[in-house]
Order: sequence, then C-alpha cells, then structure tokens
Amino acid sequence: MQIALFTIFGLLAVAGALNLLLQRHPINSALSLVVVMMSLAVLYWSLGAEFLAAAQVIVYSGAIMVLFVFVIMLLNAGAEEHTRGSRVAAIVGFPGAAAIFCLLSFVFLSERHRLGTTRLGDSVTGVGSNISEISHTLFTSLLLPFEVTSILILVAILGAVVLARKEL
Amino acid sequence: MTQSHPFLLFLALSIVKIAVVLVITLMAVAYTVLLERKVLGRLQNRWGPSRTGPFGLLQPLADGIKLFLKEDMMPLAVERPLFIAAPIIALACALVSISMVPFGKHTLVPGTGVDIFQVADLNIGLLVILGITSIGVYGIALSGWSSNNKYSLFGSLRATAQMISYELALGLSLVGVVLRAQSLSLRDIVASQSAHGLWSWNVLGGCQIIAFFIYLMAAYAETNRSPFDLPEAESELVAGYHTEYSSMKFAMFFMAEYANMITVACVATLLFFGGAGSPFGHLFDHFGNGWFLAAALPVFWFVAKVFAFLLLYIWVRGTLPRFRYDQLMGFGWKFLLPVAMLNILATALALAYHG
Repeated sequence: MQIALFTIFGLLAVAGALNLLLQRHPINSALSLVVVMMSLAVLYWSLGAEFLAAAQVIVYSGAIMVLFVFVIMLLNAGAEEHTRGSRVAAIVGFPGAAAIFCLLSFVFLSERHRLGTTRLGDSVTGVGSNISEISHTLFTSLLLPFEVTSILILVAILGAVVLARKEL
Repeated sequence: MTQSHPFLLFLALSIVKIAVVLVITLMAVAYTVLLERKVLGRLQNRWGPSRTGPFGLLQPLADGIKLFLKEDMMPLAVERPLFIAAPIIALACALVSISMVPFGKHTLVPGTGVDIFQVADLNIGLLVILGITSIGVYGIALSGWSSNNKYSLFGSLRATAQMISYELALGLSLVGVVLRAQSLSLRDIVASQSAHGLWSWNVLGGCQIIAFFIYLMAAYAETNRSPFDLPEAESELVAGYHTEYSSMKFAMFFMAEYANMITVACVATLLFFGGAGSPFGHLFDHFGNGWFLAAALPVFWFVAKVFAFLLLYIWVRGTLPRFRYDQLMGFGWKFLLPVAMLNILATALALAYHG
C-alpha cells in the first residue's frame, strides 16, 4: 500500500515539478507547484506524519500558493518570454545538479546510523496520533527555536506593514 | 464476505459508504435549495415554488432536468482547461470534506472494523476539513481568472481575499474546542461533549459561545453567503465569478455552494452542539432498547441540528443587508481575529487553572 502511494505520488510530484519549469504561463506554473505540494503532503501522510501533511496542505497549498495565484491574477501576467539563458547554466547545470544529488545521497546513506532515526507516528499501522508528541517536543526541548521563529515571523509582518505604509 | 480479505472487505464497504453519502448529500443539496426558496418566500410574504408536485416538492428535479438540458456555452476568449477545471475543483472539494463527518453513534458493521456512520475517521479530521476548504478557494479563484471577464475577475478576487481572511478567524475559533477535547478527531470532539447532554455541549457548558459566534460569522463569509455575499453581489458584478458559466458547469458551482453550507452546518453541529448526541444526555436511554432506535436516534438528532443551522442561514439571508467591502475586511481582521485569539487565551488559562 505504502509503496503504491509512494510510486504514484512521487511520480506526480516529479511530473508537477517538470511541468512547473516547462509551462509558459505563470498561472499554470503556479498550479503545477500546487500539485507538487499536495503530492508531498500525501507522501508525508504515507510516512505517518499526518500533522505535517495537514499543515503542508493548509499552509502551502491553501494559503501561500493562493496568494501566488492571487498576485498573478492581479498583475494579469502574460506568457513569459524565453531568453537564450546563460551558457554557464547550460553547460554546468545538469552535471552540477547530478553531482549535488549524488553527494547528498552518499552522505545520508553512509551516515544514516549516526543521524539516527525518528519515530513519526503509528497512524499507518494502527491507532495513535503524533500531534501530542510534536507539541510536547515543540514546547519542551525545542522551545527556544520555536519562540525565536515566531518572533522572526512577527518581525517580518511588521516589516511588511512598514513597507506598505510608506506608500499610503 | 470472507474474513481472509479484510482489506478487500474494507474497500468494498468504503465504496458503498461513499456512494450512499454522496447520494444523500446531493439530495440534501437539492432540497436545501428548495427549502431556501420556500422559506425565503415565506419570509417575504409569498409562497415560493408551489406548482411542481405537492408543495413544490418536485421542483429540484425540474431544476435539475432544466440545467442538464441547457446548452453548454463555451465563450471564445476563456482559458479552456482552467475554465473547465474550476467548477470541478469547487464541487469536488465541497463534497470531499463531508466524508470526515460522523453522522451517528460509533456503530460497527458486524464482523469488521468498519464504522457505518462515518466514511473516514481520521485523527486529524478537523484539520483535513480545514485543508480541503482552503483548497476549494482555487475553484473560485481560477473560474474568475479563466473567464476573461472583468466582473468575473472582480468577483473571484473578492471571494479569494474574503475566504483567505476569514479562514484565519474560522481556524482560530475552533482552537478552543480542540483544547477542551484534546484531540483533532471529530469523534473524540463529539465524545467530549456527550456527558450531560445539553449542558456539556461546547456552546453552553464548554463556555465556547463566543467561539461559536465567531465560527458562525466566519463560516458565512467562507461560504460566500449573505450578508457576506459580495463575490456575487448582483447589483455590482452581474453574477460574480460564475458570470460566464452556463448549464452543468453553473450547476456545479451552485451545488458546491450548498454542499459547503451543509458541511459548515455539520462542523458547527459536531464542534459546538454535541454532534449526534441527544440534548437530554443519557436521560431517556432506557426507553430505546432496540438496536434500530439506538442507531437511528443519534442520526435524527444530528440531522435536526444541521437542519436548524440551514434554517438559520436562510433566515439571515432573508433579514440582513449586504456588507460593504471595506467593512467586511475590517470586521474580519480587526474584530473577529483578536476576539478569537482572546478566546484561545481565556480557554487555555481556564483549562490550565482547572487541570
């Protein structure tokens, strides 16, 4: 079951990502990104991280991408114009990407014992919810990073307000 | 039915449940439309539809046939794939979220672990409903943009901005309930209110009445219903985001709106009014000893509560005038959101003090 889900939605995510690059119109690209986000959410879910999946759908597909689409609609952006692209990117692009991919997978695979594993939840196999575990971790051992992140977001919101007020 | 294939059995039963729930929801949508027309008519001192069948009861059927047989116009300047996809997204999202709703008591099909009265019991059911609602915004946003019509675009811009803004107040108003139930599963939330009937419902005993009113207002805005129906304000925008749609595509938007109304009413029932629980608690439990009554009574209470919410929707539509757009945004951001946050704070403090 999990293999089937992974195959279908992994392929869907890759197809959406490719479509994102190949589409000429910004709104089609934005919608492809939505497909990628949703497929990732299903993958998270199939791994047992159901809270992460729901957050992914609500935050990324539901809020951030809607704003993207909103801005594209407001600007009424037309089809993009293709440039020739830089020659460096054309030559180094694919080998560079492949090299980084290989390096990352090599590091993760060789160091996986030292990285350790984490138990995401028992929702795939049976009952149980990992929401309480996540919140417990967030509010005990990871409290400082969590609060610092919220302050960071608050600062960003205030900055946006200040920038917007200048034009009033 | 073989016990050796629990997965196949589960699959078959799930498909049957989905089909039944789908048919019932679509029938409910059709008759909600009729109910609205009848009740709105009475509120305005006229009869409403009364010629098709007894009391106009066959009117939804006639409407359906009319919409099916109408010519499906496809304007030339539209963005074709998105123009077709938009109503499908809207209707699909509206129908999927009903699958999380538990309609009755936890009743298993004999010999299996499959619940009769709920399509899917997820431990994050509430979040799934919120997520699907937020995906439903795409249907409206894309329909307006792909129509290539200024009124459609304005309607969909208004709708999108309104839905994103009120989603926050909607989500925050539910946090108090989740804090009290300590779970995001809709079954657990209902179970947390089942102790003493009316008195242990979140809206009364749970002291979530402020949260309930925030939810109610945000939900009206989420479903683009009066008094927040600016996206389809016919005096300004022709018909808003579905101006260019005709025939079945228009019907899909129409059905999506009413299906969303029903979902919102179901969620309000589950979260604030004890779901399928009786208002008398366990007072009259010894009367209903038969298995049929024990299974049917909760469903009756659930349907009655949802029906009351739908009547409230129609009553509000018949009574209140439309907001102005800046009033709508100011109300959502400057009033509902802070009050919802204060409610969370108060609930959390009260729980910490008692627990």
